[in-house]
Amino acid sequence: MLQIRNLRFAWPGAADCVAIDTLDVGPGRTLFLHGPSGCGKSTLLGLMAGVLQAQHGSVSLLGQPWAALPAGRRDARRADHVGVIFQQFNLLPYLTVLDNVLLPCRFSATRAERAARSAGTPAAAAQALLQRMGLTADLWGRRADALSVGQQQRVAAARALLGAPELVIADEPTSALDTALRDGFMDLLLGACADNNSTLVFVSHDDRLAERFDERLSLPTLNRAIA
Amino acid sequence: MNALLHIAVRSALNRRGTLALVMLSIALATALLLGLERLRTDIRSSFALAVSGTDLVVGARTSPVQLMLYAVFHVGGATNNIRMDSLRAVAAHRAVAWVVPLSLGDSHRGRPVLGTTPDYFERFAYGDRQPLVLAQGRAFAATLDGLYEAVLGAEVAQALGYSLGQKITLSHGSADLLAPVHADKPFTVVGVLARTGTPVDRTVHVSLQAIEAIHLDWAGGAQLPGMKIAPENARKFDLEPKQVTAALVGLKNRVAVFNVQRFVAGYEGEALLAVLPGVALDELWSVVGPGEQALLVISALVAVVSLASLVAVVLAGLNERRRELAVLRAVGAGPRHVLWLLAAEGAMVTLAGAILGAAAAALAVLLAGPWLQQRFGITLLPAAPTAAQWGLFAAVVLAGMLASLVPGWRAYRLSLADGLSPRT
Repeated sequence: MLQIRNLRFAWPGAADCVAIDTLDVGPGRTLFLHGPSGCGKSTLLGLMAGVLQAQHGSVSLLGQPWAALPAGRRDARRADHVGVIFQQFNLLPYLTVLDNVLLPCRFSATRAERAARSAGTPAAAAQALLQRMGLTADLWGRRADALSVGQQQRVAAARALLGAPELVIADEPTSALDTALRDGFMDLLLGACADNNSTLVFVSHDDRLAERFDERLSLPTLNRAIA
Repeated sequence: MNALLHIAVRSALNRRGTLALVMLSIALATALLLGLERLRTDIRSSFALAVSGTDLVVGARTSPVQLMLYAVFHVGGATNNIRMDSLRAVAAHRAVAWVVPLSLGDSHRGRPVLGTTPDYFERFAYGDRQPLVLAQGRAFAATLDGLYEAVLGAEVAQALGYSLGQKITLSHGSADLLAPVHADKPFTVVGVLARTGTPVDRTVHVSLQAIEAIHLDWAGGAQLPGMKIAPENARKFDLEPKQVTAALVGLKNRVAVFNVQRFVAGYEGEALLAVLPGVALDELWSVVGPGEQALLVISALVAVVSLASLVAVVLAGLNERRRELAVLRAVGAGPRHVLWLLAAEGAMVTLAGAILGAAAAALAVLLAGPWLQQRFGITLLPAAPTAAQWGLFAAVVLAGMLASLVPGWRAYRLSLADGLSPRT
């Protein structure tokens, strides 16, 4: 599913930020990457999603190295196969909840098709997913910034999972949530990923979440650039 | 693109407070440009169509533009009068077909009073050689019986609510409120002219003899006390005018126009000037032209300033939107999409502003039209936009689209650099 070989990445004018020899993540697996801030987490996620390009080595998704594609095709491929959840500010505040969830379908026909296959139309699939995330119908038409942080994170999860992308990348999605919300969110996220057989790469500094994942890696150990 | 447009619209609406101000400034610029263009065209055509069929306008020696302004538009004042016997000498020239004398100086409720002969209604033409037509009644008879008769232009009758048989009094001079009034000699309205769209509409026409009659007992601009002459008694006096303000001249053959013009200029009995209406108007435009251009340049600058403020506002807001751009990258938008999103926002604001400005200009024309007609005899018709107006509108919108590429490009670069993790 996701393959990293001899990866070296540095921001312009700086020393290496990410240096990883080997990393493999199989389909449907959940990976917990543990690490404090400043160890190249966000950069690594950017490399995995094909948003950043490494100077050396390769990052491949579904057997296709990102570097082999032109920029436009990379964006299209990301829309087709990757879902992303940030720590906060995941949503476009001026769109409704439903419109936010449907965003990937606007940029990827593949995602729209897959969503439609499961529920008839992408909108119906989005609504089903929102229900699964515990967001009731009265919220769907609200502006995204009218929701609480916990609700927004769940909407973000729904958006990342709509159309069953093969890879879901989560960058500290629970760090802005309190303990009670966090556990509920983890249940929903892991459950939905399992439903779709999506690979989940989850980055966080919070160790306590690690035990729920198939694989656990320490980023400072993995990333030789900061060892 | 459809998806992006939807996002762009909602994004712009979200910031409608600030964008509304920018949109208003673009609307103002557009309104100025289009309004000025319309005014320019209409004033020119009003002036050009005000008189036709007249070969020469004769008056005291002054500037040709000034002569045209008071003889045809009844605006401004004559520097000097001309003697009737000088006019008779001109009329005697073998190339001259007709002469219509004009006498100005009085007014009625802000509108000029023109003393002339009944020939005026036959000889005067406007626009495309269109003659004057009476909508009601008849022309005044320049006889002693019908001395105090008046023919009104269409606007005078309509605005003041006059009809046939109405009694009106004339004021001395052109000031409206404080002008002394020829109160003892009221006039009766015997005719109303059809609308022409020229200064004729705002003029009150009376006979030359009537002008003489009401000034019989006046000297130096006021009625002489103790010398009042009753209206009926005025008829006993010799009411043939010795002086008039100007005259319209028609020739038997247009080819002779320069001959006659030279004759008039060289007339030794009095300092006279003969002007070809078309030439005088060209001279007017050469005076007015630079002013017009200056106004257009200023309006264009207003447009530039308003577009610059659009760019500034969008650019200034970009920093706060870096998270937004990261979200878009995450769901599969590329930097190209981000560029188009920003450019589309700017283009939409410009289009909205331009449309609003065009509507405002049209409204202004509608509202100012009657006033301009009444004050200057200029017809401002709410007609379909001219080609020049479309051109200006398109230029503003196009400029807005191009200007919007600036924040679009900036957003493109930001999006490339930030990726999924903006430094905010």
